Amino acid sequence: MKIDRRDFLKLMGMGSAILVLGPHSLAGAATTKAGQDDFFFVQLSDTHWGFNGPQINPDATGTLKKAVAAVNSMKSQPDFVMFTGDITHTTDDPKERRKRLAEARDIIRGLKVKNIKFMPGEHDAGLDNGEAFQEYFGKTHYTFEHKEVYFIVIDNVSDPTSSITDTQLQWLSAELKKLDKDSRIVVFTHRPLFDLYPNWDWWTRDGAKAVDLLMPYKNVTVFYGHIHQEHHHMTGHIAHHAAKGMMFPLPAPGSVPKRVPIPWDSAKPYSGLGYRRVEAKVEKAEYVLTEYPIKKG
Amino acid sequence: MKSAKDRFRFILTLIMVFAVISFVTGVFVACQKKQVIKITAKKFEYSPNVIRIKKGVPVVLEFSSLDSVHGFTVPDLGGVRATIEPGKVTQVRIVAPKAGTYEFHCDLFCGDGHEGMTGKIIVEE
Repeated sequence: MKIDRRDFLKLMGMGSAILVLGPHSLAGAATTKAGQDDFFFVQLSDTHWGFNGPQINPDATGTLKKAVAAVNSMKSQPDFVMFTGDITHTTDDPKERRKRLAEARDIIRGLKVKNIKFMPGEHDAGLDNGEAFQEYFGKTHYTFEHKEVYFIVIDNVSDPTSSITDTQLQWLSAELKKLDKDSRIVVFTHRPLFDLYPNWDWWTRDGAKAVDLLMPYKNVTVFYGHIHQEHHHMTGHIAHHAAKGMMFPLPAPGSVPKRVPIPWDSAKPYSGLGYRRVEAKVEKAEYVLTEYPIKKG
Repeated sequence: MKSAKDRFRFILTLIMVFAVISFVTGVFVACQKKQVIKITAKKFEYSPNVIRIKKGVPVVLEFSSLDSVHGFTVPDLGGVRATIEPGKVTQVRIVAPKAGTYEFHCDLFCGDGHEGMTGKIIVEE
């Protein structure tokens, strides 16, 4: 089921914002706890550091730096920044891969906020099972808690078959068993967990198993990347939100014969590129998404 | 005691039975012989990348990789898939129940250009 944007899309300032209704709001039966603080984080995705293609992005070395500057210029700083994969563009050369990972890491260190979370995309990890990525950014799947929201980072790229794998699914099951059924849960993945468009490999082979594990939990929202465009989808009560990329946009699923990058439009530079602010309304289990474009300068 | 004539008839019958069995088996084997299409995979293409087959007729796709490990999958044909390893021949049997065009692609990330490693199977009536 697709979210009907007309129901709750509103435009705000420089970015477009979507009020994402949490399951509590839909059911009208929220369980509230005192002292839950609202906060916001920033999702950056698919920065593809190392990409080279002037027809696609003549400012390939500029967009990540612009994103860092834009986040730094926010009036209030996010509690953390999450990179949902494809931080670097792939290369067959392991030495070059490490060089790109190191350069991206050093640019990202320019963020004022120092609470930065990472996960790989297939460009970072698909050719060496995440070996180089882990040297620079640490674990590829993990959990963390922030202000009573439980964040689960699922790696669906290090296995080259686009799979989470049984081992990680067992880990996910064990992590979920620690939580109450009404816990606020946010999942980060690179690929969509649902079958968005398998013909373009826009899916996770065993993603349905992860969704099945998450389904008993009332408040689950998934943020992902990979498809280089904003996209919203529901599997039952679980919302899935894809973010724009920072290097090149991709066509809408199945809209053209091949999933090739959309060429640079000099009349609208940086169009289709952007990042996302996610405001967590913890008590209500709601999230307000605000999409920001990359700007010149 | 059987006469020489009876023995002759018996042997003749045996020969005829064997001949019929051989003929039927031959026809059966001929009918079962599948079309084999050889396909090479390399970064970042299949050759050929357009394959024409007949609806309902079993076909064996015989893959070999010229470089690294690649994948092959046809999501709209029951999700048939295979891993194509260098130095090995990988066979995939497909039967298309409906005429039309079925896209296939490499589903094992293989590098910069992986996204363009695609092809199509055209199924004719």
